[in-house]
Amino acid sequence: MLNTYVVYVENKPGVLTRVASLFRRRAFNIDSLTVGRTEKPEVSRMTITVDADHDQARRIEANLYKLVNVLLVENITTEPAIVRDLAMIKVAATHEARSHVLELASVFRARVVDVAPDSLTIEITGGEDKIDGLLEVLRPYGVLEMVRTGIVAMRRGKSSAPVSTTNNTDHDVAEEDVSHSV
Amino acid sequence: MENKTSMTGASILWECLEREGVKTVFGYPGGAILPAYDALKGSKIHHILVRHEQGATHMADGYARASGKVGVAVATSGPGATNMVTGIATAMLDSSPIVCITGQVGSKLIGSDAFQETDITGVTLPITKHNYLVTHASEVARTIREAFYVARSGRPGPVLVDITKDAQQTTCDFDWEAAKPQLPGYRPDLSPERKEYEQALELIRNSKRPVILAGHGIIISGAMAEVREFAEKAGIPVALTLLGLGAFPASHPLNLGMMGMHGEAWVNHTIQEADLLLAFGMRFDDRVTGNLKTYASNAKKIHIEIDPAEINKNVKVDVPLVGDLREVLHQLLPHVETIDRSEWLDSIDQLKGDAAVRDIQNLPDSGHLYAAHVINDLWRETRDGETVVVTDVGQHQMWEAQYYKHEKARSLITSGGLGTMGFALPAAIGAKVARPEAEVWVVAGDGGFQMTLCELATIVQEKLKVNIAIINNGFLGMVRQWQEFFYERNYAATPLLNPDFAKLGEAYGIRSMTVTERSQVVPSVQAARQHDGPVLINFRVEQEDTVYPMVAAGASLHEMIRRPSKIVETADDE
Ligand SMILES: Cc1cc2nc3c(=O)[nH]c(=O)nc-3n(C[C@H](O)[C@H](O)[C@H](O)COP(=O)(O)OP(=O)(O)OC[C@H]3O[C@@H](n4cnc5c(N)ncnc54)[C@H](O)[C@@H]3O)c2cc1C
Ligand SMILES: Cc1ncc(C[n+]2csc(CCOP(=O)(O)OP(=O)(O)O)c2C)c(N)n1
Ligand SMILES: [Mg+2]
Repeated sequence: MLNTYVVYVENKPGVLTRVASLFRRRAFNIDSLTVGRTEKPEVSRMTITVDADHDQARRIEANLYKLVNVLLVENITTEPAIVRDLAMIKVAATHEARSHVLELASVFRARVVDVAPDSLTIEITGGEDKIDGLLEVLRPYGVLEMVRTGIVAMRRGKSSAPVSTTNNTDHDVAEEDVSHSV
Repeated sequence: MENKTSMTGASILWECLEREGVKTVFGYPGGAILPAYDALKGSKIHHILVRHEQGATHMADGYARASGKVGVAVATSGPGATNMVTGIATAMLDSSPIVCITGQVGSKLIGSDAFQETDITGVTLPITKHNYLVTHASEVARTIREAFYVARSGRPGPVLVDITKDAQQTTCDFDWEAAKPQLPGYRPDLSPERKEYEQALELIRNSKRPVILAGHGIIISGAMAEVREFAEKAGIPVALTLLGLGAFPASHPLNLGMMGMHGEAWVNHTIQEADLLLAFGMRFDDRVTGNLKTYASNAKKIHIEIDPAEINKNVKVDVPLVGDLREVLHQLLPHVETIDRSEWLDSIDQLKGDAAVRDIQNLPDSGHLYAAHVINDLWRETRDGETVVVTDVGQHQMWEAQYYKHEKARSLITSGGLGTMGFALPAAIGAKVARPEAEVWVVAGDGGFQMTLCELATIVQEKLKVNIAIINNGFLGMVRQWQEFFYERNYAATPLLNPDFAKLGEAYGIRSMTVTERSQVVPSVQAARQHDGPVLINFRVEQEDTVYPMVAAGASLHEMIRRPSKIVETADDE
């Protein structure tokens, strides 16, 4: 089953590699991974989708937390969420086909962002199904080029637990209190 | 030093190590770490010059395992750093807290394939708990503090700090207080929920045939007294993992011995017949479980474990208690009921009686020297003192686990998870440095000993009293055993043509002897103990001896290959 995680990480060099390397090392297959800035400059946010059963999904979460730079992990697979993917599709559009393509784009509420003598570039945002749907109907005209960002997701309604970026190791970490303070 | 002081990154490094309580580091210099070595003279820290950086990491690891404190290894960039990889991976798999400090080329040169540039943070990403690349002197203090905190807290592990040459050389203000760790995402302190405690107690109350599986986590947590109290109060027998040996006294009536691939037959049978397993700080390694499909299939399982990622990884458990073992046991202990489990204990004793006849100790003396005899005699001679045995990897390691009866935590140091040959000699050096008052013995095979024997020079240079027992069977014995069982005795690449180990020891200035008969074992051990310098004993043992019992890879835990009751005479040793 495809699981969707929202992962907040410290915005530091190398963190993406650490996350990606974890999936490789534990032999979990990433379906898509996106990363970007958040409302806090010191925090980046990843949306990761990965195929995993229930037990694996829980272990992925536990393993993500083992990365020191990971702040918060949410598995939103079963939660109401807004999930968006963005695609740009370059379609062969000769004179006759042009109007058909434009029509299809408008049905899917996609936008034409570039017009060339024999092609149109369409930008579409939406759930993966919607984008797959548009692709399907455009294919007969000849898809010349396509790029997708991979999904970003956000829970509906209540926001995520606040991501704490303050230090939680304020207590003194003297040698004595270590072996059993954990 | 409350106020800010201007210091070089290199001086800050040593200052921070001192403040972290470090007295000794194990290292090897080179270009990219030279500024740090230059600043060493202003420090109280003792630097031990190793002969190979792998040795430095094992020494730091041995130091950590012997003391519970963080061990420190230092190396230069490039080949110095890559030589550390095996030691780091060893520490990672056995949850040992070490900090490795490496020099790196100047920050402006990073990415240019400069001389001796290796992306060591990239290389060690999957084998460290965490690692850092430090490019500014101002980051040194915080990074070192974080590295120590991460290494020793929660589930311990190795942390690598790679410091560029310019970060060592440049000057900045040093302020220890201001350089507090900043680890907002790091949460080593988890604890179970109330409901889970209740579920665990319920399972314990209802169990007729419970077994405690005692692991390395007990020692890491320092929960030896609590485990003992728990076992005694509840009347539950205790089986140990290899890394758990010593966490529960071998002589205790509730002690069963080691479980797993080369565990005692009665221990494995007990686990298979149990109705409840209480896993205390152990991770159900495949050498412990055998075939997972048939593993303790009638037993409920309670897993007390600090690392949530270990829960349900190999064995599905009924009640996980995620937290520090000692804390969790403190919560459980007042509620544990005393239940008469004598029927269960008697049935285990029965199994024990059946197995004992196959013990090599009870077989007639055939005139041959068996490794098991050597280990057993070593144990008899050293059992009363504070002895730390450091084993290498192979047959001798298993015989040590079977025939040396460990009473105390941290009295056995061995590479379990990675099974790193060459571990013993350097790790023993680290152990001796951590606990100078302890009597330290290396028990190594003739194969593994040769992987890191260069550290004999370190022993001599540092005037360390480390005794070395080489169990010399002329073979890569453990591999030979697999060939014997599973590859029709095709001994491909396992016979060893060895140097004369006694002469080798002498060449390093170490008193050395060779022993070929059982009657010489005790006198040689006594002589070694009396000598005030290091001693090496080359025990020429039976060549084609086999470790029994054995659960073949993939077999069920109760399907063991057992020692035939008559020992087959083999070709003469020598
Ligand atoms: C040749 C060879 C043969 C072997 N044969 C056997 C064998 O027959 N039997 C055997 O047992 N092993 C054997 N081993 C060793 C085996 O591979 C494993 O290393 C060993 O079983 C691991 O033991 P462990 O789970 O107790 O320790 P570790 O692997 O160190 O695991 C410790 C666990 O405790 C947890 N922990 C740490 N701190 C705490 C804390 N404060 N509170 C709670 N939990 C904590 C950790 O997260 C970890 O999960 C063999 C190894 C070799 C090389
Ligand atoms: C570095 C390394 N290489 C290879 C192995 C595989 N291996 C496991 S045990 C063993 C044989 C060890 O031989 P020896 O040191 O003589 O000990 P013995 O088994 O004979 O007691 C080998 C090669 C290993 N564990 N570590
Ligand atoms: Mg050998």
